[in-house]
Parts: sequence; structure tokens; C-alpha cells
Amino acid sequence: MKLTGAQALIKSLEMESVEVVFGLPGGCILPAYDPILESSIRHILVRHEQGAGHMAEGYAHVTGRPGVAMVTSGPAATNLVTPLCDAYMDSVPMVAITGQVGTPFIGTDAFQECDTVGITRSVTKHNTLVMTAQDIPRAVKEAFHIATTGRPGPVLIDVPKDVLQNTMDWDWPDSVDLPGYKPNTRGHPKMIKDAARLILESHQPVIYAGGGILKARAAEALRELAELTGIHVVTTLMARGAFPDDHPLCLGMPGMHGNYTAVTSMQRSDLLIALGSRFDDRVTGKLDGFAPDAKIIHVDIDPAELGKVRRPDVPIVGDCRLVIEELVTAVRDLMAGGTTAPDRSEWKARISGWQEKYPLAYEPHVEGDALKPQMVLETLRDSAPDDCIVVSGVGQHQMWASQYWKFNHPYTWVNSGGLGTMGFSVPAAIGAKVGRPDKMVWAVDGDGCFQMTAQELTTASMERIPIKVAILNNSYLGMVRQWQEMFYDERYSEVYLSPDTPDYVKWAEAMGCVAFRAEHPEEVQIVIDKANEIDDRPVVIDFRTDSNEKVYPMVAPGQTNDGIVVPPFQEGHHGQGGR
Amino acid sequence: MSTATYKHHTISVLVVNQAGVLARVSGLFARRGYNIFSLAVAPTEDERFSRITIVVDVESATIEQVTKQLFKLIDVVKISELHPAESVERELVLATVKAAPEVRSQVLELVQIFEGKILAVGPDEVTVSLDGHPDKVDDFEELVRPYGIVELQRTGRIALPKLERQAPRLRAVRGKVS
Repeated sequence: MKLTGAQALIKSLEMESVEVVFGLPGGCILPAYDPILESSIRHILVRHEQGAGHMAEGYAHVTGRPGVAMVTSGPAATNLVTPLCDAYMDSVPMVAITGQVGTPFIGTDAFQECDTVGITRSVTKHNTLVMTAQDIPRAVKEAFHIATTGRPGPVLIDVPKDVLQNTMDWDWPDSVDLPGYKPNTRGHPKMIKDAARLILESHQPVIYAGGGILKARAAEALRELAELTGIHVVTTLMARGAFPDDHPLCLGMPGMHGNYTAVTSMQRSDLLIALGSRFDDRVTGKLDGFAPDAKIIHVDIDPAELGKVRRPDVPIVGDCRLVIEELVTAVRDLMAGGTTAPDRSEWKARISGWQEKYPLAYEPHVEGDALKPQMVLETLRDSAPDDCIVVSGVGQHQMWASQYWKFNHPYTWVNSGGLGTMGFSVPAAIGAKVGRPDKMVWAVDGDGCFQMTAQELTTASMERIPIKVAILNNSYLGMVRQWQEMFYDERYSEVYLSPDTPDYVKWAEAMGCVAFRAEHPEEVQIVIDKANEIDDRPVVIDFRTDSNEKVYPMVAPGQTNDGIVVPPFQEGHHGQGGR
Repeated sequence: MSTATYKHHTISVLVVNQAGVLARVSGLFARRGYNIFSLAVAPTEDERFSRITIVVDVESATIEQVTKQLFKLIDVVKISELHPAESVERELVLATVKAAPEVRSQVLELVQIFEGKILAVGPDEVTVSLDGHPDKVDDFEELVRPYGIVELQRTGRIALPKLERQAPRLRAVRGKVS
């Protein structure tokens, strides 16, 4: 069968069961947009290429399937760099297709030419420039294989215009041949035995669950391990929902803005069982003071993570789900052989003591003040179904959302963790809603973030993707303001935005959304109820929140986690947590 | 045979012979802040693959992280760490040296001692080539410098493992006896 390169590209995507492509056409990718008209694949026309990338990510986060973005060459490709880097940092499976100038023009500084493969090399798991139409099916198959196996990540395929126009003999490869790519999924049996023994010997163990749990679809296995051993679990920013927040063993989020108990239990532990987590600096604080007495079991599919930051006592390379399942078996075997864990009642009492003394808390609203952002989130949470998907941007609102939401199901929390991409929320929420149209999707955004990518609400209106957006509008770049208040002597430099320019309600309405505003506490529940009833178009709520509110607890940059600071009304500032 | 005495480590990286693969490897070093002392690349006996020999500054990063990060590149097929004591290393140098008639015989004698070759002779200069262990090349460079080096180009070292490794098992066992 003779096909054009463009037809082969779209057919290859169909062969990979792609149901939706987020994109925007332009000069060099034009040929590929013609066969889209006949394809079963849904194309969602974005308003900015960055939106396409984040939508693909949001889609991948909630479905586990690779998100696909397709854009043209030059500026479109460079607009895709941020989402690619974001997906790379957070190990999100994604395939990006970019148009490129025709092969005779490569290297001539042709119109809309850029070195896409060169520019994206360090922000993709792999990328490739396809030089002949015949190579297209293989390139697509390899891209999907690489994006979804091992440690997932973004893969980019750059296709010159003449390659899309030339004809080829259709041939779909049966398998991929990548001699340099054979991810290890099975953990080393001896290491798993060692880990099981360490677990049963430990007095103060904590499971440090990371985003790898979700990527490996290992939430159930994690729960089995935790319940079998009675070990408490912290879920990192990337792992919220991987272990239910309402489970008695769940300690919530650790890290710079983690809750006191999660941070301190890690800090005082004698064994950290790191599962699909990577000892990120936002979790460890000052590294040489991090969990000083803890032995480390580190499970990750990426061998380079083992020993990159903290040297593990038991390193295990493998797929989190497979390794945890084998770990459960190994622990059971040891228990059946008569090995028992030491009495951990004292440790558990310390943990519940911390939980009682330092719960997440904020000061109540004062009559006449702006809304407490935490109160808005609690109302939003209590009004939403248990399996509602929450998608955040980056900053204070992200931390509050992670802290105050109760995530009881995996794949209900989507955010930009590693790269910290402001503007992630709206497009990622659109992608999430496309992937899971059956679920309610709330984007929790800040006013700073919202202004970066809000134009995609036009996409949502036109494509009938009914997401809901809660803007916690404190008229500031809130997290930067918090740092300037705490570490720069309250010298506020270039952080003030404005509460009403733009007018978020009018702006949202102009983009085809329904929009509300809430300024007083009694309005909060009312507008949320109204928003939750709308299911045929996007809704935006402008919540006017208190710009003085800060995210607590906080481990200041450069400090160890022992220096965790709780809100002033919880016994003021203090160090040496939990001793 | 302790690693601590060596500031460099040689790694031999077998890569798929594809456009851009060298950029991938060198880009990774740049991005992760690893220093390269020297780098040599050429096709291997199997035309599908090339071999990149990289001398890494192990003070800038642990060799373990370097190899693990390298191995994440899809085009990297195999990595061998070549400890200097367990590998044969060679380097080629081309040098044009000042050799006026009154000192020419001394320069030629040096080249002869180092088993080098004279490639070209001019009125006041000679161009020589010389290969050997990089230490030997260092020595030659040092000795010939006083005469005046006009131009000098070294290839960077290439290396392969020694055939008869000395008691590798013993080394592996060390430190693990409880």
C-alpha cells in the first residue's frame, strides 16, 4: 500500500491506539493535517503550542497512556520546550510531533527553521529527526515504546515537510529493535530479601512513596505492603493519591511545605523505604542533615536515581509494582518463618503525638478580610465527589491544594512538581478532562499562573471540555511574596499583580465560560454549588483571597528538616523537630 | 591499585552509529556538569556501532553516576569502565617542532628514542608523529618543548581492556567478607 509520509504518520498514531492529539497546524506540519480529516483520531485545536504540551501531559497523568502533541516547526517547536521539560522532570509519557523545514533546506536558516532535535535533546528521553517517509512507522513505534516503558518520559519526532509529502510503502513493524534500550523491571532477588529483613528489623520505619508508584500502577501493591507491615506512608507531591489520605497509616505530604508529622517522622526514622521517589531537594531539605539515622532501601526503575543523592543501603532497580509485590512475598516468608518485627508501639505513639500537636491548621477568617485560601479549598473539597480530579498550577495555591485536599484515589492529583511550571493548570486540566470525561475536573490556580495560559479556556469552550477553574486570586505572585516577606525583609519587589485587572469574570465570559466571583465567606459555598451543577461548558470562579496568608509549615531553604517552622499560632517558631 | 590515586577514569562507550549520537553524549556531560579530559570517537569492527572513548575527570562526578546517566541514552549500547591499571591505553600525537640545523640531530634523537616517525622536514622545522601510552606522549611533549613547539595535536586517548586481568575475583570479594 502506497501512502504519503503524512498518511503514514497518522496511520501510525492510529496503530498506537491514539484517540486524541492536541495541536496547532502551521507551514511545515500542514501535510499531516490533511489526513487528520479522515482519521478516527480526535484533534483538539489549542490556542498556543505550550497548551498542547500541557494538555498531553494532563491526559497522560490521569489515563496512564501517552499524551500526543503535534505542532509545526520553529516557534511552535520552541513553544513546546517547556511542556517537554516538564514531562521529562515528572516522568510523564508523551509523544511530540513537530514539523521541520524540508530536507534540502535544513541548515540554511530557512523560514521557521530551528534545530528542534538539538534544542530538545536535554529535555526529552529521546528524540529523532526522520529523514525518509519509509522510516515514519518505525520512528512512531519506537517513540511510543520509549515513552511508555522503563522510566516514562517525553519523546519527540521531528518530521521535515518533504518527508511528509513523499510516498512510501506502508509497513508496520512487529517489534522494536533498540539494542541500547532494555529497561530492567525485575528486582534482584537477593536485594529484595535484604530489604525484607531490614524492614522487619527496623524500629522506626517510614515508607517514602514517590511518583513512581503511580507510573508503575503500584498503588494497590503499596497498600498491601503498608498494611502487612503496619508501616506509615508519606506521599510526595508527585504521589498524592497513591496511598489514600484517609488511611490510618497515611502521613500525607513531606517536604518544604509538608505537614509536620510527615517531615518529622522521616527525619527521625531508622529506615526509609523509598519507592519510586528520588530524594528531591524539596523533600530532603539540607541534604547532610536529612534523616541522619535512617538506613535506606531505594527502589526505582531508573538505576541512575540509586545513589544520585543519597547512597542506599539496599538499592533495587526495578518496576515499583513488581518489586513491591515481591517484597510483600519476601516479608510474608520471613514472618512465616517466625521472624517478627520489633515492638513499634512507642514509635507509633510519637507519630500520633506529632499529629495531635501539629495538625495542618490556619487562623480563622476575620470579618472584613479577604477569604482564607485554605477555607476555599476545604469547601471545594467537601463539595466535590471523592474521585474528583484536581489539577494545580505552581505556587502557594499548589501547596495548599496538596495539603488540604483529601486524595483517596490514585490519578486524581495532577501538578507540575519537578519543573514547577506556572501556567500548567488550565491546559493540564483540559487534557485530564479529555482523558477522563466521566470525572469532575477542578483546576486550582493562582492569579499569576492563570494569566500565563488562560487562553486555553477558549479551546475548552470551543471543544466543549467542561473543566472548572478556581482562581485563588490574592493579587500577588504569592509564593514569591512569601519569600520576600520571610527572607528579604518584607521588601516586595515586582510581585504585585492586581485583584481586578484583568477582570477575571469578564475575561472568562469572553472566552465562553460561565464565571463567578466570591469575596465573602458566605458566597463561597454558593458559587461552588453553582459551578458544580454546570457540565456543558467551562466555569471559572474568581476567589478573592488574603494576600497575607502564607504556606505553613515551612522548611526554609538551606535548612535541615529539623528546622521546620509551624504557623506562629502553633507554639511559634522552633527547631529540632520531634526530639 | 586504588582508584583514589587516579584523577581520571576511562570509559569506553559503544553507541549506535547514528547522526547526533556524539552530541547526545557530549551534551549529557555538559548538562550534568561532568568534565571531559579527552574524547575520541570512531567506527568499530561492526559498522552499526561506534566507540567513544572518554577520559572523565572523576573529581567532578562519581564514575558511577556518569556511567548510569550515559546508559540512559537510548543510543548507548554498552559501557565499559577501563581502570588505568587494567587497560591498554594509546594516544597519537602530531607535532611540528623547531629544528634548526644546529639542534636538528638532538630533536631527531629524541624522536628516535620515543620510536616516533619523521613525517616532514623543512629548513628549520620537522613534523613528527608518535604513538604510545599517554604518559609517554606527555614525556615526549615535555622533552621537546625546549626546542620550540610550533604546532601540536594529540588525538586523545583510546583504550581497550587488558586481556589478562589480574585476579579480578579477589578485587570483587574485598570488603564484602563479613
